[in-house]
Amino acid sequence: MAVLAKGTAGKPVARSSRARERRRDIAQWMAALPYLAPSLIIFAIFVFYPLIRSVVLSMYATNSIGQMTRFVGTRYYARLFESSEYLNSLSVTARFVLYTVPGVLIVSLLLATLGNLRLKGIAVYRVAFALPLAISGATAALLFMFLYHPTLGPFNYFLDLLHLPRVGWLIDPKWALAAVAVPRIWLQAGFATVVILAGMQGIPEELFEAAKIDGAGRFAGWWHITLPLITPSLFFLLVVTTLGAFQTFTEVNVLTNGGPVDATLVVVQEIYRSFYFNGQYGFASAQALILFVIMLVLTIIQFGVIEKRVYYA
Amino acid sequence: MSKLIPLRRVASRALLYLFLTVAAVLMVYPLYNGLVTSFLSANNVYSYPPKLVPVEFHWQNYLDAMRQAPLLRFVMNSFIQSSGVMVSQLVLASLAAFAFAFLPFKGKQVVFLVFLSTMMIPWESTIIPNYLFIQGIKWDDTYLGLIAPFMASAFATFLIRQSFMSLPRDLYDAAVIDGCSNLRYLLTIAVPLARPALGTLAVYSFLQTYNQYLWPLLITNKIEMRTVQIGITMLRDAEREMWHVVMAGVVIVMLPTLALFVIANRQLIRGLTAGALKG
Repeated sequence: MAVLAKGTAGKPVARSSRARERRRDIAQWMAALPYLAPSLIIFAIFVFYPLIRSVVLSMYATNSIGQMTRFVGTRYYARLFESSEYLNSLSVTARFVLYTVPGVLIVSLLLATLGNLRLKGIAVYRVAFALPLAISGATAALLFMFLYHPTLGPFNYFLDLLHLPRVGWLIDPKWALAAVAVPRIWLQAGFATVVILAGMQGIPEELFEAAKIDGAGRFAGWWHITLPLITPSLFFLLVVTTLGAFQTFTEVNVLTNGGPVDATLVVVQEIYRSFYFNGQYGFASAQALILFVIMLVLTIIQFGVIEKRVYYA
Repeated sequence: MSKLIPLRRVASRALLYLFLTVAAVLMVYPLYNGLVTSFLSANNVYSYPPKLVPVEFHWQNYLDAMRQAPLLRFVMNSFIQSSGVMVSQLVLASLAAFAFAFLPFKGKQVVFLVFLSTMMIPWESTIIPNYLFIQGIKWDDTYLGLIAPFMASAFATFLIRQSFMSLPRDLYDAAVIDGCSNLRYLLTIAVPLARPALGTLAVYSFLQTYNQYLWPLLITNKIEMRTVQIGITMLRDAEREMWHVVMAGVVIVMLPTLALFVIANRQLIRGLTAGALKG
């Protein structure tokens, strides 16, 4: 192209300037590429290619080591919506989201409100509230596993003290999902409290002083100033904790392995079981893709509906 | 009458401290209980009522825990994985962030969206092909297999880009006129000035990787390649009801992240809130 432009003298100037522009574009790209390429290569190998391969895998029967053997089209998807196990895992996950998301938001809103008080020694309390940040899902699950222990654990001992009947926290299908949700709420509350506190500390002090002059009390100030101004933090947490809850695996895998009688069989545990233990790679890929679509749709809904009510200063 | 006002103030302050203390006790309790249990001897674990306060310091549990499972080996594996991920994220994110912040090129918006889209694709939905791929190239039970998928991160890139963009543009233009190459500018000027953001990213990515569970569970089978989070659950499986030993193991495994939490609290919190402040 460049040669052509050079050789045809007398042609409109626009053409040669376009060629020059293109040469500049290429030069700029050559300068930028070495900086972008390492990340792009990693994303291509471990994000984009696997996503496409997931779609392909979900339409094939495989042998026990995951090689595709026979095209089955959308049969796995059809089978999924008839499979009582998969439908159960969707409903378990939905309930888990409903337990943990409001749980995290309410607990962390309370903790951040307390942590935002101007009192001597408040820094110590803030550290205590943020402590779960240092703890992983697996260790949190083990800490709670002992707390839940039917005979040795403190939780049932506390029930004894209150003259309440003991609970089979992790072995009773009625309680197991809630019992798995508690360590998750505890872990995420540490993170969420830090985020909300950061939001609260960004509110200008003058707003509260103005409200005080107008005769507003502490609660009125919290309700009319603090709460509206931390809605961006709350919205961020709503999105993040919802997505996190859909991806829950560690706590379930350590505490119950999906039991008792599938009462805590969340979607990722079901995916793990399908491909890792049953060797159903295609079937599990279909499940994983549906999880992706559900999460994507929910995120879009959250941004479309709720973000309109968020107050960005 | 005039004495009543300070009295009421003292009472309301005391009430606030009461609320604060109750909340703090509830948040710390699971960890506290694990710590107390890790120092109990067997007969105190099995006695009723459960011990709620430390009654003894039975250090033997810690030695037992390390004898039951190669905990130090697990910690070392996790350190190698986490350091590998941390260093490569620092390097790759700095490079990409430099292109986004300083270099002009056509289609920057599109490349930016490509980066952003990786944050929208949940790791779980691509994990099966990734698992098959790592197995296919025989990288299971290797450090490479543990590190490679996490070497690049869009979040890390955005974090560093934000910091680069706050540097004065004139500085870059002047350096280029003086004949400073892009790479030299990145290494000798941009990176040193972005140290706080790099520190934040380092702490954040180390912690995230150290706490990983699903990926190491899938691709490590040999005991000597297990990472801490997987290894620690082995302790539970091996020891029927030896809860004091399991809790000692849990404490050992948590020590590095607890130390990081205490030492680098500010960096950690900055990293965690970085995502929230974008709005």
